[in-house]
Amino acid sequence: MAGLHHTFGDVVAVNGISFSVEAGEVYSLLGPNGAGKSTLINVLCTLLPVQRGSVHVAGFNITKDPALVRRVMGIVFQEVTLDRDMTVAETLEFHGWLYEMDRGTRRARARDLMTLVELETKRDTLTKHLSGGMKRRLEIARGLMTRPQVLILDEPTIGLDPRTRMRVWDYIRTVNREGTTILLTTHYMDEADHLSNRISIVDDGKIVITGDPAGLKDTLGRDVITLETSDDNRAAGLLSQSGLVRGVTLRDGGVVMTTAEEGSRVLPLVFSLLTDAGIAVRASMLKEPSMDDVFLFYTGRELGEQLAGQITVRHSPRGR
Amino acid sequence: MRQGFLTIAWRDLLRFVRFRALLFSSLVQPALWMAFFGIAMSASFDRLAPVGVAPGGLPSVNYLTFMAAGVIGMTSLFVSFYGGIVILFDRNWGLMREIMASPIPRGDIIAGIGLSVVAKSILQATLILIFGLLLGAGFFPGTTPLTGIAAYLGVMLFVAVFSFGFLCLSAAISITLESPEGLQGVITLLTMPIFFLSNALYPVDAFPPVLQALSVINPLTHLVNGIRFFAIGEDFFAVGETYHLTAIDTATSLLVLVLFAALMYGIARWRFAVARVT
Ligand SMILES: Nc1ncnc2c1ncn2[C@@H]1O[C@H](COP(=O)(O)OP(=O)(O)OP(=O)(O)O)[C@@H](O)[C@H]1O
Ligand SMILES: [Mg+2]
Repeated sequence: MAGLHHTFGDVVAVNGISFSVEAGEVYSLLGPNGAGKSTLINVLCTLLPVQRGSVHVAGFNITKDPALVRRVMGIVFQEVTLDRDMTVAETLEFHGWLYEMDRGTRRARARDLMTLVELETKRDTLTKHLSGGMKRRLEIARGLMTRPQVLILDEPTIGLDPRTRMRVWDYIRTVNREGTTILLTTHYMDEADHLSNRISIVDDGKIVITGDPAGLKDTLGRDVITLETSDDNRAAGLLSQSGLVRGVTLRDGGVVMTTAEEGSRVLPLVFSLLTDAGIAVRASMLKEPSMDDVFLFYTGRELGEQLAGQITVRHSPRGR
Repeated sequence: MRQGFLTIAWRDLLRFVRFRALLFSSLVQPALWMAFFGIAMSASFDRLAPVGVAPGGLPSVNYLTFMAAGVIGMTSLFVSFYGGIVILFDRNWGLMREIMASPIPRGDIIAGIGLSVVAKSILQATLILIFGLLLGAGFFPGTTPLTGIAAYLGVMLFVAVFSFGFLCLSAAISITLESPEGLQGVITLLTMPIFFLSNALYPVDAFPPVLQALSVINPLTHLVNGIRFFAIGEDFFAVGETYHLTAIDTATSLLVLVLFAALMYGIARWRFAVARVT
């Protein structure tokens, strides 16, 4: 995908996104609500036209050969797209038939998949009588019916209980091991962290940073320090000019900074700097960066400057 | 072989059979029309234009026989006009994204729902014919079993082409509109003139010229003519009017319906091509 733009009226949903997914990879698009992930997916699966840019899937240009692209792709949409008045088995049968699988194959595949997602006992239940998690599992099974070369999952585990999520992750890994390339979107950091070979963080229709999970955490430095002070604003300003830390952001919870060296060595220096300036430190926390930190750190306004290695103070409304 | 349209038709018929109330009402409704409207109106019309005084020795046809073609036309019109509503529901709440993201050609989606709707129309038309015969309508006079079957198939050919045309119109509207209420409104708006500016229930000869012209371009008129040609015959006398439906007229009517269906299919294809389903 190169230079993809997509606008709805004057809303810019995707603003110049380029990336490529290797065959056999699990690739995640991680981003906050409204980042443009679903729009990108809709373009990818040919439901929306390519307004600007070019997109290739499995070697086919999606503008020129949409029919071929549709054939190699399996999709699980963000919203439920099931017919409430069809049974589990009929849903899978319909899908297999849509993709022109022969009768024997689709029966056998449907049976295997119902077992995989543990819906065998529900095969003749109308989908409107399934629980939310069961619906999701059915949709995932449906996405797998055709053994697609590329599987696209738009927030596959949204609304699932932790046990079911783990199980869905297992399916995803299993399917991937069998050779399916997977593109998934999520706003669960742990999901991206556990599943992906590579992650792109998307915000405001742009890719902010791409890397493997460990690499992304590395970019934040050794440790993440969070401070609660008597004057967070001034503290953030001072710290960003001090050269003691790599990056500083300001959030509801306090001042968050990342360090180049071991955090425990930096912390005393930070304390004395602030004390000298007459700012009281009420609480402090030091930990290794998690995907959450990566996400929160990168989904903000002054990201360009962040990436240029500058230290900036950021007022982020997206505190947690 | 391309099977996409069969898939779509299968699923649409599955819903038809699943919703018992829908199935039941669509089977009972034509029977009710025949039973109440047919019998009640027969009583009046047959008194106004009594059977058996046909000029020139033409076979005279009672009102029930005459209006059955109209009832078939009306039920076909309804079933096909509402046939596209599934597209609207799918688009808003269900499967249309799955279908649009699948390799199935857009034309096959329309053709599939069309097939399902044609099947429903034929089922209803057959029931009306059977019910009419039970009530004493004189369909297929003087036919041998073989010509009788041919005449029945002729009726169904007209029903099929007509239904497909209106289904395409319904599909085009459904893929364009956002709400079921909108479709309902459009259907109500169009059904009235189509129904009353046709020869379904009464002769159009006495219409003022403008209305007569409209009735001539009305697909329902051509459907009803076709049905009468096959179900009643070339020349007959009904409701105080003499009818001459030649084979040429009938072929012309069929051609009009085919052109109408082709035009509607084209419009539906175009609407599907520009539709954005997300
Ligand atoms: N059909 C549409 N018409 C107008 N605007 C739209 C449409 N679809 C999406 N948008 C806008 O595009 C932007 C991106 O939306 P999108 O659904 O792609 O976000 P997302 O990353 O999937 O978010 P989420 O995590 O909440 O699913 C939003 O500002 C949204 O309001
Ligand atoms: Mg989304």
